[in-house]
Order: sequence, then C-alpha cells, then structure tokens
Amino acid sequence: MSETIAHHNEHRDDEASKLGMWLFIFTELLLFGGLFVTYAVYRHGHPQAFHLAAEQLDVVVGTINTVILLISSMTIAMSTTAIQKKDKRTTLLLIAITLVLALVFLVNKYFEWSAKIGHGIWPGSPLLEELGRGDTLFFGLYFFMTGLHAFHIIVGMVLLTVVFVRVQKEKLTFDNFQLLENGGLYWHLVDLIWIFLFPLFYLIT
Amino acid sequence: MSDNTNHHIVPYRTYGLILLLLLVLTGTSVAVTQIELTRWATVVALLLASTKSAFVLAIFMHLKFDQNIYKIMATLIILLVAVVIVLTFLDYGFR
Repeated sequence: MSETIAHHNEHRDDEASKLGMWLFIFTELLLFGGLFVTYAVYRHGHPQAFHLAAEQLDVVVGTINTVILLISSMTIAMSTTAIQKKDKRTTLLLIAITLVLALVFLVNKYFEWSAKIGHGIWPGSPLLEELGRGDTLFFGLYFFMTGLHAFHIIVGMVLLTVVFVRVQKEKLTFDNFQLLENGGLYWHLVDLIWIFLFPLFYLIT
Repeated sequence: MSDNTNHHIVPYRTYGLILLLLLVLTGTSVAVTQIELTRWATVVALLLASTKSAFVLAIFMHLKFDQNIYKIMATLIILLVAVVIVLTFLDYGFR
C-alpha cells in the first residue's frame, strides 16, 4: 500500500503529543484547583448557609451521574486496549458507548438545573438575594463549577467524535492511536474533576 | 518496552476491576456521608475521593505504565495544589 509508505515518512512524535496533553491537563487541574480553594474558603466563612444549601441538592442524581462518568471512563480506557488488539469494531463500539453515557450525563444535568431554576434558584435570582450571601455564594459556585465541568463534557464529546471518525476512516490504527489516547486522557480528566465536585457539593452537607 | 512506542496493552479485565473498585468507593462515600458523622464525614469523603482519583490517574490514565517523567510531573502539580490549599487555610483558619 502506498499509504503505509506515506505513514513512514510522516513527522510524528507520539511521546511529545502525550506530553503536550498532560501539560494541558495540568493547567486544567490548576484552574479547578483554584475553584476548589475558593469553594473551601467561602464554605469556611459561611458554614451554616453552605450546610443548608447543600442539603437541597439531589444526592441520587449526583450519584447516578458519578456512576455514569466512572463507567464512561472505563469504556474509553478499554478502547485503547481494543485498538492495540487491532479490533476496530470494539474500539468504535466503546467510543460510541462513552459518547452515549456523556449525553446521558448532560441530560441528567439539564433536568437537575431546570429543577433548581424552577425553584427560583439561578445566579442573581431574586430568591437568592433574599436568602443572603452564603446561599448566593454556594449556588453561584454550584452553577459555575458544574457548568464549567459540563462545558468540558461537551468539549470531550466533540474530541471523541473526531476520534471516532478517524478510527472509522482508519486514520488511527493499532500503531498510530495517540489521538485516541489523548482523547481518553482528556475524558479521564473530566472524570477526575467530577470525583471531587460530587462529594463537595452533594455529599458533604 | 520497545524503542519509540512504549505502549503497554492493559487487559480489559484490569479496567473492569478498577471500575468495580471505584463504584465500591463511591458507594462507601455516599453511605458514610448519609449517616451524619459531622466533621469526620468530610474527611472520609475527601480521602475516598483522593483514593478514587489515584486509581484513575494510575490505571485509566496509564501513569503506572508510562515513563517516570509523567509521574514526577503529576506529583509536583498535586503538591502545588496542596501547598496552595494549606497556605490558604493557614491564613483563613487563624484569622
């Protein structure tokens, strides 16, 4: 195949590509790390209001979303095994399952946010102004942090869709799958952030 | 590990077991925080979250199988975040 020859002449550095992805992940960890510090400081300043506000969040929905993200993390991790075993069908199936789970997560988030907004709670809502500073801070951080996280889910879905198409077209194969691995790394980052968001907002009341 | 592609094929089973472990840890943290143990519940929930993230980083994100440079960098970043948190609370905790 002429394509195989072209591949050999291509400039490619998988290790550098992975290193770049990790450096990006570190900046993301620092971004969310800063937000977690902000949360901790405001919680420290308004313990009572944060306690009452956190009790209004639905632990069941939060737990379901945690389980969904953990499973999706496993499926995308498994896809790197599948592609190395030259099993294209399983690779595509695993990426597709990951994308479906991501969508389910977002649908849950939509209903969760809608319920909050239905109860008159959104950033700058008249109800929050009445409730006072602590509640305003808690729900401000809740909407901002889960919103930024949901935005990362959407970016991850776009990235994994690109990966899906490239695997389908056999541009990514058993000996050239760094994009799939980087997409997976990004997806695990989204999972990592949620692992901390979940106890902080839903569990610790 | 071969010349330029140092990819280690992780068996499906390993990923399945890690998921199982992560689900058990999630269940534990939900259970612990639902039975009000006040201050300890927070500590336990955060310790469980840290344990879960360690497994995600080591296995799902392949840090265990990758070159040491990734482990070193990840450790340094986590330490940096930890130092910022400690410094912040040395400030706010003693005001």
